[in-house]
Amino acid sequence: MKHLLQIDDLDREGIENLLHLAEAFAEVNRRPIPKVPALRGKTVAMLFYENSTRTRVSFETAARRLSADTMSIAVASSSVAKGESLRDTAQTLEAMGVDAVVIRHHAAGAPHLLARWLDASILNAGDGWHSHPTQALLDCLTIRQRLGSLAGSQIAIVGDIKHSRVARSNVDAFTKLGARVTLVGPPTLMPPGVQTWPVEVSHSLDAVLGQMDVMYLLRIQQERMTEPLLPSNREYVRTFGLTTERAAKLDDSVLLMHPGPMNRGIEIAGSLPELDQSVMVDQVRNGVAVRMAVLFALLGSGNQMDSMLPAAATVGAQQ
Amino acid sequence: MSRVLVAGGSVQLSDGAADVDILVEDGVIAEIGPRLTSGDAQILDASNCIVGPGLVDLHAHLGEPGHEDAETIASATRAAVLGGYTAVVAMPDTLPIVDCAAAVRHVQALASTALCQVEIAGAVTSQMAGEQLVPMAEMAELGVKMFVDAGVGVQDDLMMRRALEYSSSLPIRIAQHCLVKSLSANGHMHEGEWSGRLGIPGIPAEAEEIMVMRDIALSRLTDSAVHFQHLTTAGSMAMVAAARAQGLPITAEVAPAWFTLTDEACANFDAVTKVMPPLRSEADRAAVEAALHAMDLDAIVSAHTPHAPHTKDQPIQEAPEGMIGLQTALSLTVDQLNLSWDQIFALMSTGPARIAGIADHHGGPLAAGRPANIVAFDPKASWVVQPETLASLSRNTPFVDRLLTGRVRHTVAAGDVVVMNGEATR
Repeated sequence: MKHLLQIDDLDREGIENLLHLAEAFAEVNRRPIPKVPALRGKTVAMLFYENSTRTRVSFETAARRLSADTMSIAVASSSVAKGESLRDTAQTLEAMGVDAVVIRHHAAGAPHLLARWLDASILNAGDGWHSHPTQALLDCLTIRQRLGSLAGSQIAIVGDIKHSRVARSNVDAFTKLGARVTLVGPPTLMPPGVQTWPVEVSHSLDAVLGQMDVMYLLRIQQERMTEPLLPSNREYVRTFGLTTERAAKLDDSVLLMHPGPMNRGIEIAGSLPELDQSVMVDQVRNGVAVRMAVLFALLGSGNQMDSMLPAAATVGAQQ
Repeated sequence: MSRVLVAGGSVQLSDGAADVDILVEDGVIAEIGPRLTSGDAQILDASNCIVGPGLVDLHAHLGEPGHEDAETIASATRAAVLGGYTAVVAMPDTLPIVDCAAAVRHVQALASTALCQVEIAGAVTSQMAGEQLVPMAEMAELGVKMFVDAGVGVQDDLMMRRALEYSSSLPIRIAQHCLVKSLSANGHMHEGEWSGRLGIPGIPAEAEEIMVMRDIALSRLTDSAVHFQHLTTAGSMAMVAAARAQGLPITAEVAPAWFTLTDEACANFDAVTKVMPPLRSEADRAAVEAALHAMDLDAIVSAHTPHAPHTKDQPIQEAPEGMIGLQTALSLTVDQLNLSWDQIFALMSTGPARIAGIADHHGGPLAAGRPANIVAFDPKASWVVQPETLASLSRNTPFVDRLLTGRVRHTVAAGDVVVMNGEATR
């Protein structure tokens, strides 16, 4: 595996291999010294054109726990702010000898262009509305840990599907692993052509509330109110928000998920993230393990991936 | 006296094709007949070629003035003549925008370097801002025959009504770039299954169709002609056919990209596929092709839009829109469609010449006494579109590496041999 650009590029086996690897790294992360020398001597660059705290920190933590060197380009204060093009910035990074570039960009396809231009491995940390493959993988890992398997499970993804790279990647990943996905939201927040996706579409949260194993809530961005895609916050909460009344109807076994950052009081009532059903902390924790797995799969000694990991983990434990 | 003999081709005449030669003297067709003798004439071997009237392009952005890093009039018209054109209509969205007499004179002076005739289109409104009509009568006196707010369209209903009314007393035609801004401003590709999957903001077909519908109504209201630029949707094809059946003075063009490619081409995220209006669905593409076969349209244009290479090295959402097309339009048309040579020359020469108001010099039929604007096209010669074979300074064509069958062998523009054996002469 050279790049991770989108879930579409992985088949079911490819996803499961990465999750398997991530579980092994999750075990590493529970040790007193959560660090292995697997990527010693490798350099990973973080190229973030959009503000992101959790994803960037998660990737940096993952790289460091694999003993890779990291460099971080804060685009706002860099040469990009002076008008440097994406291609020139990327080629400058490569000239400095990076082995992988983790890129987040506001435009769909930016990672795909880097993959065409550079020899380094490219890892998509979110491109526009298009794709966010490591988020999907960490979500799959979280669900698998709780439910054992995604196969046959019922997953509702609620909210702004149209503008969500998380939704697109999760639809791909969840359905590849055998889950049945229902997209829930108003028609203005559904993507064009959604009827051709392998999902159900519902415009009523109440209609699906009692039927789901997983409730996956998406962030509602404030600018959606002005486009005008939604009448108001209040109207959204009334129809699609997970209010305390709706939460009371959730089964104890339901998993409540959110990619963060949350808008408390909009897609989810202020007190609900602390519910027993919430696995949002697991999502964040699994994010590091999944990103370690992906970095290792891209930069580790490829064909020895499975045999090398326990050895590498052991060496790390002994240090 | 300069003499040129186009010899040995199959010449498209008013009563069909004939194996005849064409003798050109001092820029004019002196004689058409079998096995003409030439004396000292320069001989262009047109054996195995289809010989017809030089092509006329209603829609090209020449880059100059203002965007010389992307194209100059010299490079654009070199591409044009290599593509078989003997006249091109230059869009007014240059720097400065062609919205006054001084700008017209400026571009006319620059066009003295051109390898073929350059007709200058003017903007409809000052700075193409949609707020004030340009001095159409004064610009018409300088020879401007088409007015269009290129790339933006006249958005306001009343402004378009007034433009059509005002133009109706002049020997000019208003053309329209059909995209309603409010439905298209944030979009970068066709809105549909592909835009949904790729997460790229879309532009619905209706953004075009609403303006086509409105301008057909305004044409009826004002009894004034309107020309629709590069239409792309099945709905537009149906509306134009219906309006023409009612006898309304509606003309319309399409360009090869839209009968050759679909929005699926955007799936590789290469900004070279970004064009405005966007590449549409397969159903739309097929409707454009069907409308051409039914001759429900007037013109195939190049929609040539050069951009300096680095500007297309960006994500689709950040790159400028447009493709070059002058050098490939005829080959793509021949390659992609099943049109007769009569139809091809009607759509690429005679029809556009009439709409551009230059039918006295351009378009068919070829006949003695007509200005010598001639193309000889070898339908069997194949070529691969490659950067080094393109005369444009820009490279933004999605057809790079495509094998095309059929290539221009000679072009004679106003009696001047500008392409000989597939090479531009200057």
